[in-house]
Amino acid sequence: MILSSLIFIPIIGMIIVMLLPKEKEDLIRYTAVGISIIPMLVSFWLTYDYFVNFSGSAAMAYMEGPFSWIPSLNVNYHLGVDGISVPMLALTGLLTTISLIASFSIKFRIKEYSAFFLLLEAGMMGVFVALDFFLFYVFWEIMLVPMYFLIGVWGGPRKEYAAIKFFLYTLFGSIFMLVAILIMYFTSDPHTLNMLELIEHGGTLSYTLQMVCFIFFFIAFAIKVPVWPFHTWLPDAHVQAPTAVSVILAAVLLKMGTYAMLRINWPMFPDALHSLSFWIALLGVIGIIYGALVSLAQKDLKKLVAYSSVSHMGYCMLALAAYSSTTAMAGVMFQMISHGLITGALFLMVGVLYDRAHTREIAAFGGLGAKLPVYTALMLMFSMAALGLPGMSGFVAEFMIFVGAFSQLNQYLVGISVLGVVLGAAYMLRMFQNVFLGEFNMAKWGHLTDINGRELLMVVPLAVLTLAVGIYPKPLTDLMSATLENLVQIMSR
Amino acid sequence: MNPQLPIVDLLETLRLMLPELFLFLWALVVITVDLFSSRKNDSLVGYTALAGIVITGVLLTIAGDGVAFGAMFVNDPFSFAFKIIFLGTAFMAVGSSFGITKQKIQNHRGEFYGLILFSTVGMMFLASSHELVSLYIGLELTTIPLFVLAAFYKDDKMSVESGIKYFVIGAFSSAMLLYGFSFLYGMTGTTNLGQMSFNLAANHIAHQSSGFVMIIANVTILAGIGFKLSLPPFHQWAPDVYEGAPTPVAAFLSVGSKAAGLVAFTKIFLIGLWGYISIEMTPSDWGLMVGVMSAVAMIIGNIVAIRQTNIKRMLAYSSIAQAGYIMIGMIALNEHGISSVVFYTFVYLFANMGAFACVTIFEDKTGTTEIANYKGLAQTSPFFAALLAIFMLSLAGIPPLGGFMAKYKVFAAGINQASAFNVDWLYWLVGVGLLTSVFSLYYYVNVIKQMYFTKDASIYKMTFNPPVLTVLIICFVGIMVTGIYPEPVFEFANKVYSTFAFSILK
Repeated sequence: MILSSLIFIPIIGMIIVMLLPKEKEDLIRYTAVGISIIPMLVSFWLTYDYFVNFSGSAAMAYMEGPFSWIPSLNVNYHLGVDGISVPMLALTGLLTTISLIASFSIKFRIKEYSAFFLLLEAGMMGVFVALDFFLFYVFWEIMLVPMYFLIGVWGGPRKEYAAIKFFLYTLFGSIFMLVAILIMYFTSDPHTLNMLELIEHGGTLSYTLQMVCFIFFFIAFAIKVPVWPFHTWLPDAHVQAPTAVSVILAAVLLKMGTYAMLRINWPMFPDALHSLSFWIALLGVIGIIYGALVSLAQKDLKKLVAYSSVSHMGYCMLALAAYSSTTAMAGVMFQMISHGLITGALFLMVGVLYDRAHTREIAAFGGLGAKLPVYTALMLMFSMAALGLPGMSGFVAEFMIFVGAFSQLNQYLVGISVLGVVLGAAYMLRMFQNVFLGEFNMAKWGHLTDINGRELLMVVPLAVLTLAVGIYPKPLTDLMSATLENLVQIMSR
Repeated sequence: MNPQLPIVDLLETLRLMLPELFLFLWALVVITVDLFSSRKNDSLVGYTALAGIVITGVLLTIAGDGVAFGAMFVNDPFSFAFKIIFLGTAFMAVGSSFGITKQKIQNHRGEFYGLILFSTVGMMFLASSHELVSLYIGLELTTIPLFVLAAFYKDDKMSVESGIKYFVIGAFSSAMLLYGFSFLYGMTGTTNLGQMSFNLAANHIAHQSSGFVMIIANVTILAGIGFKLSLPPFHQWAPDVYEGAPTPVAAFLSVGSKAAGLVAFTKIFLIGLWGYISIEMTPSDWGLMVGVMSAVAMIIGNIVAIRQTNIKRMLAYSSIAQAGYIMIGMIALNEHGISSVVFYTFVYLFANMGAFACVTIFEDKTGTTEIANYKGLAQTSPFFAALLAIFMLSLAGIPPLGGFMAKYKVFAAGINQASAFNVDWLYWLVGVGLLTSVFSLYYYVNVIKQMYFTKDASIYKMTFNPPVLTVLIICFVGIMVTGIYPEPVFEFANKVYSTFAFSILK
């Protein structure tokens, strides 16, 4: 029941929001936030309860089903969580509420906006709890529709282009997933769509079929991550989307790609994984360096953060390639969570500035530190977190990744990837220097006000979590370690 | 065979045929009612026609399964499924045409509704016919009223052009079909489809080859049915006819006439020529030929639709593509195959009729069918915009709507057949289907983009009359139910499969 509630509370909330009168905009805003708090609290409780009761074993917890949904297609309603999905659920719950608070700056068609946002939350939760392939695919696709509307209606000047590009790109990936699912279904005997059973079955497939299915799944998930060279939709979507949607996109949607790789792609096709791991690492390294270099050249704050996502997700890919190291796998999870917190916060901060200044051009600013001290302090903290300063979550993640990857992968490749950290420091510091230090243009920016209470409410929890994970990562490691060890065993079979 | 028909058998026969006979008589009643109803603002005729369709639906459940007239007329789950689809199409076409009968054709309401009902009777006979001659008659009874209906705006050049075009093409394709039938009769000495299948199998076993005549028969019949299904290269008429014809008629054509083509195809190829095809579908059989046509239909339909600015032409190309998807299920002769065809057509009925109903409402209100004019509708008519958006997303195959389940089932059928018998080209066909369904998303969501993505509100506000509202709600519920809980429909579709000859190979 508890996992279903994560999916269905937002859907019920969506219906409630749709029934509210259009004119009462504040009522709609508060209702949406209020509803999203319920799944957030549920996901927090779930994390705590899982940590206390289930984190010792790798088995699926809180299983629901399999209940027969469409018997003639062997589709079941089957949910369950383990150590890699629980943190993702908490991240989704937290970031959705924060994004809805950030959405107070949306000024028109609030009813539709809130309804789509809640539908999006239902889809995201669904992806992280589904254990049936069909169900997983349905949730994966359901998210595209609200996302398309959120970018297309409330986005920036090139919103239509960005929205359709996002939709088509992701759907293009999904069809590969659909073929692979169908192949898996018809080669298994008896036919099943149960992911856990198919993980067993995948290893018995012929090498060719494993390669085909692996690559098909990989394309679908790599587009979502996005792995270089499938990343081109990301800057468009991020830059055009409203702040809250960028936050959700960076913090949760990108994680679905890496989560799906860990859950489906990697354990299901061990032989293919072993022979492709070098190429995956290579794509990861290219992503790290390419993303960092492009960030270095950006003039737009939001674009800079968007490209830094490509770079940061590259670390995930690099670590994923080192499938036989538990440290690297923990690094992947840490990087997913930490990137969710930090990049989500950075997008929020950029949004805060944009709401006041109506521009995001780095060159237009300078010396804001004097005028906006609190804002600057927070921004400094998140920039430092993004470039991997020790004491913050980003450092823990990157350290684990490099340690894990260095022992397993081509060491030159890992060596090159470390350059990404230096470049990361370069683009973050350049941005910080140009925006917050230097001479302050009083005539132009004299009217700017510092960050207000509502905005603090959105970013302070993220700051606290970033520090907490960075200073004392042990609880999070304990939460995931049993699941990860089991996964590594399956992947190295 | 049975020279003396006992009186009991006659009653039994009448019972089996009751829905068709009733609907035929009711069509005459509708025309008569028109004589006594007031010209100006009366919807009585339309409601009479709707009532007749509903009663026929009830009678359909009474009629039950059975065989009559020496296996000329067969009621089985297959015919039942398609009769429901035909009646649904007629109901929705009539339901959405109250606007045009009020504004444009108030002097010929009776004929308009009567012809739709006559065409439906033809489709229903077609669904039950188990023999070439009655099949042909059913097909003709379906199409001839449609020629008239397409040209119903007799003062409108486009409509008349559309009627003539459809007539010429239709007559030509019927001739092709009849020509092909003559070969089949010559080769097997029977017009009964079951017997034909048996004779062909015997012939095939004796000679290991069915020869050149069989190929000619296949090609000509496929051409004839290809016109009805608007499968390339026989698809060019569809956009012009859809654009010119009254919108409810275009809707009726796009679903009803297409489903009739599917029925004819199933009867001839999956029953009549069953003994001739092999389950592995070597390239000499019709499987590969239909596969190529289906692939081209998906490619041409989906790519050309992207460039359309008129929503009726766009839906015409989309319907060409949809026929391509259905044919994948037709080729896959396994437990998913024919049931996927039934399921797909059933979902397509709701999505396409719903979309056309929206187009009709918009046309009644504004007089245009250009997609650009849908701008900003989400703000003035949110209900209308949401429904049209859902129909479009269902046609594009986005879960959890019915269109997704239908596409999933069809692709599953294809992959199943391909992996079970190592038919490589079937993998490619499914691949083409999946890839083109990504293209199709572009033009379907283009309509949504127009309605939702502009800041300015539209100058139009949509209003609904009760029948068209009923149609829209039925379509919406249909799409939601087939998407979220499709099991009952799947179960029925599987029952259809179990009555086919190849189900014994399971």
